[in-house]
Amino acid sequence: MADLLLEVRDLHVAVGDNEILKGLSLAVNKGEVHAIMGPNGSGKSTLANVVAGKPGYTVTAGDVLYEGESILTKLPDERARAGIFLALQYPVELPGVRNRDFLRAALDALRESRGEDKVGIRDFNKLMQAKAEELGLEPDMMKRNVNEGFSGGEKKRNEILQLVVLDPTLALLDETDSGLDIDALKVVAEGVNRFGGPEKAIVLVTHYQRILDYITPDFVHVLIDGRIVRSGGRELALELEKRGYDWLREEAQAGAAPSA
Amino acid sequence: MTQAVATHEQYEADFRKLQESRSSDPGWLKDLRNAAFGRFQEIGFPVARKGNELWKYTDVRPLAAETFPQPAGVPASVDAAQVFPFDDGMARVAFVDGRFSQELSTPLPDGLVAMSLAQAYTEHSDDVQRHLSQHAPYADEGFTALNTAFLADGAFVLSEGAVQTPLHIVYVTTGRVVTHPRTLIVGRPTSELSVVESYVSATGGKHFTNSVTEVALEEGAQVTHRRLLIENQEAYHVATTRVHQSRDSVYRSLVYEAGGGLVRNDLTVLLDAEGAEAHLKGLYVTAGKQHVDNNVNIDHAKPHGYSRLYYKGIVDEQSKAVFGGLVLVRPGADKTDAYQEDKNLILSHEAEVDSKPALEIYADDVKAGHGATAGAIADEALFYMQSRGIDPEQAMLFLVRGFVSEILDSVTIEPLREWLVERTTQALPRFREAA
Ligand SMILES: Nc1ncnc2c1ncn2[C@@H]1O[C@H](COP(=O)(O)OP(=O)(O)OP(=O)(O)O)[C@@H](O)[C@H]1O
Ligand SMILES: [Mg+2]
Repeated sequence: MADLLLEVRDLHVAVGDNEILKGLSLAVNKGEVHAIMGPNGSGKSTLANVVAGKPGYTVTAGDVLYEGESILTKLPDERARAGIFLALQYPVELPGVRNRDFLRAALDALRESRGEDKVGIRDFNKLMQAKAEELGLEPDMMKRNVNEGFSGGEKKRNEILQLVVLDPTLALLDETDSGLDIDALKVVAEGVNRFGGPEKAIVLVTHYQRILDYITPDFVHVLIDGRIVRSGGRELALELEKRGYDWLREEAQAGAAPSA
Repeated sequence: MTQAVATHEQYEADFRKLQESRSSDPGWLKDLRNAAFGRFQEIGFPVARKGNELWKYTDVRPLAAETFPQPAGVPASVDAAQVFPFDDGMARVAFVDGRFSQELSTPLPDGLVAMSLAQAYTEHSDDVQRHLSQHAPYADEGFTALNTAFLADGAFVLSEGAVQTPLHIVYVTTGRVVTHPRTLIVGRPTSELSVVESYVSATGGKHFTNSVTEVALEEGAQVTHRRLLIENQEAYHVATTRVHQSRDSVYRSLVYEAGGGLVRNDLTVLLDAEGAEAHLKGLYVTAGKQHVDNNVNIDHAKPHGYSRLYYKGIVDEQSKAVFGGLVLVRPGADKTDAYQEDKNLILSHEAEVDSKPALEIYADDVKAGHGATAGAIADEALFYMQSRGIDPEQAMLFLVRGFVSEILDSVTIEPLREWLVERTTQALPRFREAA
């Protein structure tokens, strides 16, 4: 219990009249990697977005606790400064905002909230260049506008660059692996693994078990129709790869209790 | 109504006084003033009404109904560093309350003539007579007629060769007066010139600036013309600019508006010879109860013309922005390439934008298009920045600066560009603390 970082308790979330999460619970301890899998439209991004504080969702019941405190009334930037990071499924383009300036402002915001000085321009450049190189991002990309004209894979790598530079406590990675070629996948996975550690936690949303070859999950959860219908270890992902989701859907409809 | 009559009487009395006091002016000038004033009396100010497309969204009655005295006596002294702190490294000709100020003006680089019009009437009589009032006709334009009726002082600029140092023409107003600034810029064949023409207020409170600027680009001339309309928040400014382009000339314009209660920018560029090229950019930033109307017309009269118009606006609080204008491709102006676009960022539910760019094509083999958009800051963008720990105010500031960078990045005079970026956020009360 001492290391409980994120706790989602019986969460019900709606967009307008449409209930999307229908009583979802999840506990993530420090040091753990959780994978969340499930069919399109089952609510995976909704879960990640609600934890990060994206507006547009109504929490109708339940709670989200981070480090033991409810965060539902906190703004997204407050959550980020508390250590929550969301790598978006579809990273947003910011016209006229340079990637480098954006990253530096984000880093300064985090440092200021911890009572630290702003990062010096030289230190920042060094840090940024080293990390960008590790992730195989051309230095030139830092001068370009955020995500503008980036390829799908470049956008995802840029998200991971932000992750490793900002170094949060909880990383929510929403389909960061989608659209990456094999080499890029390895590079991104290495980045995520370097970030991970006993004081960190990772919640990784994915459709493909192949990323789990590189980032080993402690738990795999299957999300169907707004609920976690089964949780298991690494082997559950392999089983899903073979059997798809229908058997779990049928079990869930038959009222089978999800295993712990 | 009675007030409007009173203002006309005031203009008439002031006009008579001017003609008397400047009896030594050349005859052609006195005749020009007379004819223009006669015309003003016939047509008056334009009326915002249905059918008058040019003035549909801008009602000038508030300024037409008010009487502003002519500047009198010795102009107040002006602290340049305070009132226009953005012209480091530029040469300057300055005007205070419509009158040339020797004290605020600086020496000029080689190849550049820049002086008071009053002086140019005699010293550059040929050029002045060839161009003055030739490009900005007053027959159908009440404001231009009035400006021409009060033609006395103003700026005369003539470039020869490539002039490296940018020239700053600044018109400062120091109190509750009406001024009719007149600027004539002549780019000699193949000359290159960069001009900043700015309008500033030394104090708060209403005043009325009725400016007319004529720019003549002779063959192959290149003029970069950046106009800053940055008077105080209560000022009225009707700015008329008429540009005449000869063969292979290149006209680059930036109109920057961040000031004034009621502002109208009336710009027409005539591409009157083959191969002329016009790049028109604009940025308007409005808040409070400001009303800013840009009417920009591009007249392609000859073949192989090229024009690009890109205006952007940020509209906040209860302010209103209007963008209108016509790209006209006349019969015979074949192989014209013209595109205009107006993009608006609306920051408040109470703000309003009317954007109606228009295109009329009567020639063959023409590439042309136009577009207008108006929208709020994307929620997605705001969330994305916040999700990285940046607070909403700073995120907004980033996005607003990002929005304007497309226009302001074209300002190659670095200190000016920086000043404009800063000025842009300062013009929006929501950022005054943050920036
Ligand atoms: N803003 C919204 N407005 C309307 N419906 C929404 C909104 N956001 C999500 N939904 C709906 O909620 C459901 C879950 O969406 P969500 O994006 O969470 O699914 P997902 O599991 O991430 O799917 P995918 O694997 O395709 O990314 C979908 O049916 C989706 O259409
Ligand atoms: Mg999703």
